[in-house]
Amino acid sequence: MRRFLALMLMLAALAAPAFAVQPDEVLKDPVLEARARNLSAGLRCMVCQNQSIDDSNADLARDLRILVRERLTAGDSDQQVIDYVVARYGEFVLLQPRFSWRNAILWATPAVLLLAGIAYALTRARSDMRRAPEKLTSEEEARLDEILGKGQN
Amino acid sequence: MIEIGHFALVLAFALALVQSVVPLVGARRNDVRMMGVAAPAAITGFALTALAFVALLSAFAQSDFSVVNVWENSHSLKPMLFKITGAWGSHEGSMLLWVLILTFFGALVAAFGGNLPDTLKANVLAVQGFIGATFFLFILTTSNPFARIDPAPIEGRDLNPILQDIGLAVHPPMLYLGYVGFSVCFSFAVAALIEGRIDAAWARWVRPWTLAAWMFLTGGIAMGSYWAYYELGWGGFWFWDPVENASFMPWLAGTALLHSAVVMEKRSALKIWTLLLAILTFSLSLLGTFLVRSGVLTSVHAFATDPSRGVFILGILTLFIGGSLLLFALRAHSLTAGGLFHPISREGALVLNNLFLTTAAATVLIGTLYPLLMEAIAGSKISVGAPFFDMTFIPLVIPLLFAVPFGPLLAWKRGDLYGAAQRLAFAFGGALVVALLVLMMRERGSAFAAAGIGLAAWMMLGALTDLFVKAGIPRVSASTGLRRLTGLPRSMFGTALAHFGIGMTVLGIVSVAAFGTESIATMKKGDTLDVGGRHLRFDGLRPQTGPNFTAQTGTFVLDDGSTVESSKRFYPVRQMPTTEAGIKTLIFSQIYVQLGDETPDGGIVVHAWWKPLVTLIWLGGLVMMAGAAVSLSDRRLRVGAPSARRARSAATGSAGA
Repeated sequence: MRRFLALMLMLAALAAPAFAVQPDEVLKDPVLEARARNLSAGLRCMVCQNQSIDDSNADLARDLRILVRERLTAGDSDQQVIDYVVARYGEFVLLQPRFSWRNAILWATPAVLLLAGIAYALTRARSDMRRAPEKLTSEEEARLDEILGKGQN
Repeated sequence: MIEIGHFALVLAFALALVQSVVPLVGARRNDVRMMGVAAPAAITGFALTALAFVALLSAFAQSDFSVVNVWENSHSLKPMLFKITGAWGSHEGSMLLWVLILTFFGALVAAFGGNLPDTLKANVLAVQGFIGATFFLFILTTSNPFARIDPAPIEGRDLNPILQDIGLAVHPPMLYLGYVGFSVCFSFAVAALIEGRIDAAWARWVRPWTLAAWMFLTGGIAMGSYWAYYELGWGGFWFWDPVENASFMPWLAGTALLHSAVVMEKRSALKIWTLLLAILTFSLSLLGTFLVRSGVLTSVHAFATDPSRGVFILGILTLFIGGSLLLFALRAHSLTAGGLFHPISREGALVLNNLFLTTAAATVLIGTLYPLLMEAIAGSKISVGAPFFDMTFIPLVIPLLFAVPFGPLLAWKRGDLYGAAQRLAFAFGGALVVALLVLMMRERGSAFAAAGIGLAAWMMLGALTDLFVKAGIPRVSASTGLRRLTGLPRSMFGTALAHFGIGMTVLGIVSVAAFGTESIATMKKGDTLDVGGRHLRFDGLRPQTGPNFTAQTGTFVLDDGSTVESSKRFYPVRQMPTTEAGIKTLIFSQIYVQLGDETPDGGIVVHAWWKPLVTLIWLGGLVMMAGAAVSLSDRRLRVGAPSARRARSAATGSAGA
């Protein structure tokens, strides 16, 4: 049920049931094309629901894919292409939010939670251990071994 | 019939109110007759909801377009299966399915909870009834599926074509069985807080419910993933879409709950934490319902312009999450702490499991909500998409997956890590060999592929090792080993199966990511396309006509002469095109063919993928489900409150989840 709502929303944005990258867009240089695909996967199709321009076949996504390829052919680095696209469309276009103070909570949550959890669990375990009963004395150990019949087989 | 359904729904609401008040008061006054109201009320409530549901189903089956919901989501030419499944294809219908399953679980507790203490049973059913009452009210006031339209239109507007698929018959009911199944755990947790006491027996009652809900949720998510894979047509199986995350968060929390409940049952430790997890898991289910049903995901502003449904669900959300957490804060300290354990022990391993799983759930939660919060508070729009989750979620689960095989091999209370490692030497060696083989592959062998597939092999071999070690193999003779293996408690098989299943899923995901290939070309009849070393010959397009659509179908011939058909459909009523991917399964791998636009010179754009071992992703899910089913069939789990003798024998066994 949850998924199909996504399907509907995704589909609503699609002009035709084609797929994203068209043969005429593909760059001749395979290295450059691979970089273009990689970049496209991280850029949001602005008119779609949570889709990258690499997956989307909306016209706007196509324009953006061609733009990315133009910048790459013009000799831009990956970062320059991203900066260029962000300057035009805003940070919304990035599927991976930037590491910035504004996004600190987002990026820090997983690590902070995990470390806090581990620290808490360890402290608890240590205090639990201190509450734990004393170990057996060596005499008791020997007696226990005798009862269990150890050392006889 | 429609009015009968509507009436039944109103009655069910009234009855749910009775169910939520009378037994609660009865439990406080220790009045057996008042408490006795709970079970019949729950069962009757289910019967009334089922009646309402059947009324809606029959309206869909008969294409009664005088009902708004049928008119908006059905068409007389639609095949009968899709007419029926269309009943839960809309918001209203899906909410009715939601309460149907909620009351179904309530009725189950009422029917099979004979061995529960009276007050606990009354409290559980009261909470369950209260959840039901709020959702009945929500449906009746904001999302009535029985509203009429006058004059009745002659023809319906058809169901969204994407949903006209067998997936709609299976996915939502299974997902809801999982989602809503956790309501029982929630009700048990709240009931325990109301009573102010919780013990190992409580965990024993809660575990089968958790296990059942988890089983359905696993199946629902896997099924949904496969559905999106073949229906959406770009070959992806998981998109980190908020709607997917909505079902994934309860799954992560539910998995944690499953494991902490084991600790609580066996060692009566982690009581408070288990209780909190039970509350959180269902809270995440409710949050998912809110996210999907309120329209808040599309845009915070869209939510603000038509807030009636959203605000109502937000109210329900606040009431239950806030209320239960408040109760937890007030009462938790009165619960006594349980048994002690060394960090290196089965308990320790399960705590680690819980740490990672809850952090993972929190990561998905913050990633899903952050854009909404940013938009609502700061007014700036940002996107949190797949790259974020890949960067945060994957590093979190890798250590967890690596640790999985150790857990079942550690003893309770104080384990021997070195001993467990020794026993796992074979699994580790096997995984290492697999990883090296992948690394040495002539083409495309990479560190990523080697590590990923090695990890999958480690999990699968580790799960087998667990069984063999417990059966004493290879220390004992083959026949004794085999006898012991078949004599192991079923829950041990369940654990091993579920862990094996995760290994399968990991193997599928890594294989596709590392070795999958993709080809795009404009093809004319007779052209050949190379797909992952196989050849696909295009055999031309032909038109087709379905009951309520027209299609263009392309046929492709593989090297061995077998064919794959891929088509593009057009549904005239909704004016919507869809694609039906052509999929050829070769053992566990698949060739996936998708048609694009026709070119002016008579060719057609074809997109083809080679998806090595891709089916393992979902088969792994099925194996996990099977693990849960086997574990559920374990007699020790089914017996609610075992006799002293049985409890003792269960305690000496060392069953896992």
